[in-house]
Amino acid sequence: MKTQRNAELGLLAFAMVLVAAYGATVEAGRIGEITPTFWVPAALLSVLFLGLHFVVRYTAPYADPVLIPAVALINGLGVGFLRRLDIGDALSEKEPIPGVFSGIGGRQLAWTLIALILAAILLLVVRDHKVVSRYAYTLGLTGIVLVMIPAVLPASISEVNGAKLWIRLGSFSIQPGEFAKIALVSFFAYYLVRKREVLSLASRRVLGIDFPRGRDLGPVVTVWLLSLLVLVFEKDLGTALLYFGLFIVTLYVATERASWLIIGLLLFFGGVYVAYLLGASVGGPFANFYDRAQVWLNPFDNENYERLGGSYQLVQGLLSLGTGGLFGSGPGGGSPRFVPEVQNDFIFAGMGEEIGLFGLSALLVLYLLIVERGLRSALAVRDSFGKLVAGGLSFTLGLQIFVILGGITGLIPLTGQTTPFLSSGGSSLMANWLLIAMLLRISNAARGPAASGGGTDRAGGPGKKAPAQLHGAMTEVIKP
Amino acid sequence: MPEFVLTVARFGFLILLWIFVFTVVGVIRRDLFAGVRSKSIVASPRGVGGAVPEGRPAKAKRGKAARQLVVTAGQLSGTRITLSEAPITIGRAEDSTLVITDDFASARHARLVPRDGQWFVEDLGSTNGTYLDRGKVSGPTPVPLGVPIRIGRTSLELRP
Repeated sequence: MKTQRNAELGLLAFAMVLVAAYGATVEAGRIGEITPTFWVPAALLSVLFLGLHFVVRYTAPYADPVLIPAVALINGLGVGFLRRLDIGDALSEKEPIPGVFSGIGGRQLAWTLIALILAAILLLVVRDHKVVSRYAYTLGLTGIVLVMIPAVLPASISEVNGAKLWIRLGSFSIQPGEFAKIALVSFFAYYLVRKREVLSLASRRVLGIDFPRGRDLGPVVTVWLLSLLVLVFEKDLGTALLYFGLFIVTLYVATERASWLIIGLLLFFGGVYVAYLLGASVGGPFANFYDRAQVWLNPFDNENYERLGGSYQLVQGLLSLGTGGLFGSGPGGGSPRFVPEVQNDFIFAGMGEEIGLFGLSALLVLYLLIVERGLRSALAVRDSFGKLVAGGLSFTLGLQIFVILGGITGLIPLTGQTTPFLSSGGSSLMANWLLIAMLLRISNAARGPAASGGGTDRAGGPGKKAPAQLHGAMTEVIKP
Repeated sequence: MPEFVLTVARFGFLILLWIFVFTVVGVIRRDLFAGVRSKSIVASPRGVGGAVPEGRPAKAKRGKAARQLVVTAGQLSGTRITLSEAPITIGRAEDSTLVITDDFASARHARLVPRDGQWFVEDLGSTNGTYLDRGKVSGPTPVPLGVPIRIGRTSLELRP
């Protein structure tokens, strides 16, 4: 198979042209003229992504050619939109146009730099994704600790807008849960590679569906309880859904049993419904969840709209999307600041106002393609651990996009998730670029020739060479 | 900045965005069909090549490329694997290309290797042996189209 590195370079150049064009359009639409420095963010990003491209060229030459350019475009447009917010703020305050490196746009540029350095380090250090499985239990423990830290910290440090997901130290804040998902995927993958036989073979058939034995349900129930605890103590449905969905899907990929999906969905919806009922009657730790559900069910209800922490944000976001219509008001032509937190959770609503449904769906297709390439690598890679990690990571990315977009558009209750690569914020950017680096590493193993053969070909008779490499052949796991 | 320029920039950006999306799809497409395209040039039309009468291992016919490995008997009956340039291993081991759970199969039972457009079957020292039609396979043996390779209770055939 060809390495396709030049295709990647071409796409990357195209993506950066688009980012520069977006910057220019924003300035033309907002300021009325194009400043001589409009190309600086795009040029800086180009240098950064080019650096990553060369790291990939030398450490993972067969990696998927589409991942980096698609992510780079989304990341670049995110930086562009944040800079557009800076410009808009400065204009409304009658201040001079901020420099390229100031404001949230400048900060996002810096975070991109750090995130790309981390991704490059991951690619340089982890030359074979199977190495990660050696640290599986350490990673699993790290993941759980990262998830739990904000829950046990006092609210003054960890709470932002009612959700306890943060560690805040002065002006610096990180969201440890973002990193936890990568650690947890690696752990789940390792655990399930070892247990898949038991989980998929020992079962009882009820109503035509194979259900696993009771004792094999242990870990699933543990993770379910863990995510419910997250729901209760960190008051965040999105994160809970993310971890639980992640585990169920990895389980499904490992065992090919649809019953896991059914059990998972039943458990999740059951848990959420009970939490809702408890919130309505008991209150206490469940009250926040009940409020959010009310906001979701009746956003235009006057009582919800007026209430502090009510549906104001959601309604403003919906109105933004509606104002944008099909083609949007043009980059720089909207008024995103009506939406609270437009730089974080509601960035899709803010962008939607300016690029319209037409532009948003392009972004969505790009996300879809990124997830598709990840799943493709999962199909093509030879080892079970790699399959589960790649599948789990891509699914998490997809699920996170679903959770936040579903929240913004009113499909599901709104929860504080970041939009991957787009929202302002370092943790999300760093964690998601690490995720992409891991996918690049696995896709390199999936598409490239192997460095060594099967290794266990002792069964070959005397005088026989070890079988030639199987890489390049698509695995087709076949069950009787 | 005149209104006209703004409008052009606005829609131009959206169109460029979609062109990017389609370019990405194009790259993925080329990636997916890179192997298939080249193979379809050498392959003969369906239904013309594969009619080697069963039970008589004919000589290897050149120019009729096998494109699929089909399981005709055994638990996996009906399974198809699309052939590429890569060899195919058959056995009970998890990392085989075709994982068969046949009581008479070894962990690494046999493999199929392409050489100059012809597929060869080779036994990897299995306990119960590999048979090409009725004959036991001792060394690398060319596999004609449509002739069954028997491993335990499983039968496999190459199809065009």
